Amino acid sequence: MAVKVVQRPQLTFWEKLYIPQILCGLRITFRHFFRNLFLHIAHRFGRKTDVRAGVTYQYPEELRPLFSRLRTRHRLMVRGNGAPRCVGCMLCETVCPAKCITIVPAEHPDPDVEKFPVRFDINLGVCVYCGYCVEVCPEDAIRMDTGILDIAATSREAMKLDLHELMNPELRKPVAACGLDFPHQCGVHGGELRGSWEETLAALTHPE
Amino acid sequence: MPELSIDGRKVNVPEGTTVIEAAEQLGIFVPRYCYHPGLSTAGNCRMCMVDVENSPKPQIACNLPATEGMVVETESEQARKDRAAVLEFLLANHPLDCPVCDQAGECDLQNYYMSFGLYDPRFGEQKVKKQKAIEVGPHVMLDQERCILCSRCVRFTDEITKTGEFGIFNRGDRAEVGLYPGETLDNPYSANVVDLCPVGALTERSFRFKARVWYLSSTESVCGGCSRGCNTELHHVSNRPHLNDGERLLRVKPRHNPDVNQWWMCDEGRYGHDWIDVDRLGEVRRRTDEASRRQVESTWEAALDGVGTALSAGGARVGVIASAELTNEDLFCLREVLGAHLGARIALPPAPAGGTSDDFLIRPDKTPNRKGATLLGIPDAATPSAEALVDAAIAGELDVLWVFGHDLVELVGAEKTRAAAVGECLLVYSGTNDHATVSLAHWVLPSAAAVEQDGTFVNCDGRVQRVGRALAPYGDSRENRRFLLEIAARTGTPAREDWNGPAGVFATMAEAVGSFAGMSYESIGDQGAHSAPSEALAEAEQS
Ligand code: SF4
Ligand code: SF4
Ligand code: SF4
Ligand code: SF4
Repeated sequence: MAVKVVQRPQLTFWEKLYIPQILCGLRITFRHFFRNLFLHIAHRFGRKTDVRAGVTYQYPEELRPLFSRLRTRHRLMVRGNGAPRCVGCMLCETVCPAKCITIVPAEHPDPDVEKFPVRFDINLGVCVYCGYCVEVCPEDAIRMDTGILDIAATSREAMKLDLHELMNPELRKPVAACGLDFPHQCGVHGGELRGSWEETLAALTHPE
Repeated sequence: MPELSIDGRKVNVPEGTTVIEAAEQLGIFVPRYCYHPGLSTAGNCRMCMVDVENSPKPQIACNLPATEGMVVETESEQARKDRAAVLEFLLANHPLDCPVCDQAGECDLQNYYMSFGLYDPRFGEQKVKKQKAIEVGPHVMLDQERCILCSRCVRFTDEITKTGEFGIFNRGDRAEVGLYPGETLDNPYSANVVDLCPVGALTERSFRFKARVWYLSSTESVCGGCSRGCNTELHHVSNRPHLNDGERLLRVKPRHNPDVNQWWMCDEGRYGHDWIDVDRLGEVRRRTDEASRRQVESTWEAALDGVGTALSAGGARVGVIASAELTNEDLFCLREVLGAHLGARIALPPAPAGGTSDDFLIRPDKTPNRKGATLLGIPDAATPSAEALVDAAIAGELDVLWVFGHDLVELVGAEKTRAAAVGECLLVYSGTNDHATVSLAHWVLPSAAAVEQDGTFVNCDGRVQRVGRALAPYGDSRENRRFLLEIAARTGTPAREDWNGPAGVFATMAEAVGSFAGMSYESIGDQGAHSAPSEALAEAEQS
């Protein structure tokens, strides 16, 4: 294996003088201080509103822009007929280092799809946001691009997402009504098996 | 005895040996699809092509007789290129099904492709569509697109079961495997084609989408479905209870044993394991009310004390109805603790008449260890039948009747069972599953199933074979051996320190019983060993 020698940065003479560096730091502090002070007062009188005052984001009123490659809450891709694109291959369940994915696959009526998940849970309280599940999926059926970061709950139960929330990231706990037609172990109805393929298959003769 | 060299190593093989077998002797694995040692040679998949010196083109190792002075290369540049080319053709029409294919993870297409694949596919043409998810029989699902036309399944139904359901139809890239018109794949050995199929074209219906194969743990064991004792591998999952509706045993596969079952096993044995997780007895029960015979949950301590007290009462007359489903270790403990020390009379009901059988594997006796019981002298010549024991219990001539596994209602009828249960005699039941006798007993001691403990069975040919512990005992159940030893401690039988594990019990048994003389778990190994013919056995065979 080739060895790469990394040179540690050395302090220059100017930096070693110490006092000037402290003054440089204070300059930044005072710049922010005066900017906040005067601009906030100006904003009060309706002036200079096009210039940002605070150097911090006023979360949650003001959301930070996210980079597109950031890994955020998961979602499951949905086919044109409202069924999940996931084929229940369980590769994400296998690769997940936190073991927080639970999948129960079942037979799909269309032999060209063959398999789908009747149950797909992710326990976000355990997830480490590694993104391996997205990486491994052969169907591009799971993504972490919802931009949802505000994942907080007061109970462990509320950290567990099931098919409803994964297929519709808009949903928040408690999920009031089940909007899924295809057969699934419905968390809204205490895990009982609900739904049928009739409507889902009728919705689109050729699922994508 | 021609001597040939394979990959630079010399080997002497008998006349008529093929190169693939000679390579196997050297521990060199030549990849193959259609070749199977249990079937005739077809030579159609071309996967086993090897380089032979002075041969103008590569040769298939499965159909090439070894000759004197032959020089074979299995890993040469040319051989690897040939395999890549064969794989390229096999995959030309193969669907991208691995995510939904139950074979994924144990698929020879996947495995060989990892080693010899092209990795840069050149086929851009439309794949030929064929039928998917065809239920060809009660146990087997066919996917024609995934089939690589190796014809193993066809040869199996032609040569082994001689039922001839499968055939290959059409030609060229339209060729497909299928059933002859009007046929169903429902012969008693049908699921073996699933093990034979090197790819995911034939899969098990009962295992369909139940789990991925890399979740499975495997334990070597022996089938308990009949007295043949086919060697098996039990596949189970312990850490994902949401799979398979909570049943822990997912599937059973035959294990190669040239002296017992070769590569095969029957469907009845393969799928006869539902009882392991259904209707099991998981807690100790005690009868609280004599009139209504109501039972409540109890503890092992209370049960062992209760039964132990009854057994050690002065002059207690004890009857035991043993079962040929118990392991040798259990039967030996039963014989020593209850028979030798407490003078119990031990009966063993005979196998019910009318069990199906054939001239291949399936035996009429559906219990796995009758031969073992006979070798251990159970029942001995003086012991009455199970029915006579029940009669004695009804007549008040027994103080304790201990039933292992059997349903008395089936043995002696509901009336006698009821009469025995309301009498003075203490009725103790130990077994794995719930049935009519269970609710009539004074004490119910749940036993661990054979797959939940280590032990040995003796098959119909007198071969001693080990059963492996695949699962933890269900619920609160315990191995028969274990609670019998507790009973021994409570009834004053000299405690045997070396009986602590099944291997220890077996060692004692090997000393005490002539048929097992000189045997140990190590010497039995994973392929079994023959027991010495004994006098008891000879007598039993004469009668
Ligand atoms: S992001 Fe990582 S930890 Fe979270 S579910 Fe996916 S694989 Fe598991
Ligand atoms: S890897 Fe993708 S297709 Fe497979 S189970 Fe996970 S989400 Fe579904
Ligand atoms: S047979 Fe093998 S290669 Fe083909 S889809 Fe199944 S696992 Fe994949
Ligand atoms: S179904 Fe399987 S065993 Fe039968 S020919 Fe096709 S690949 Fe071979």
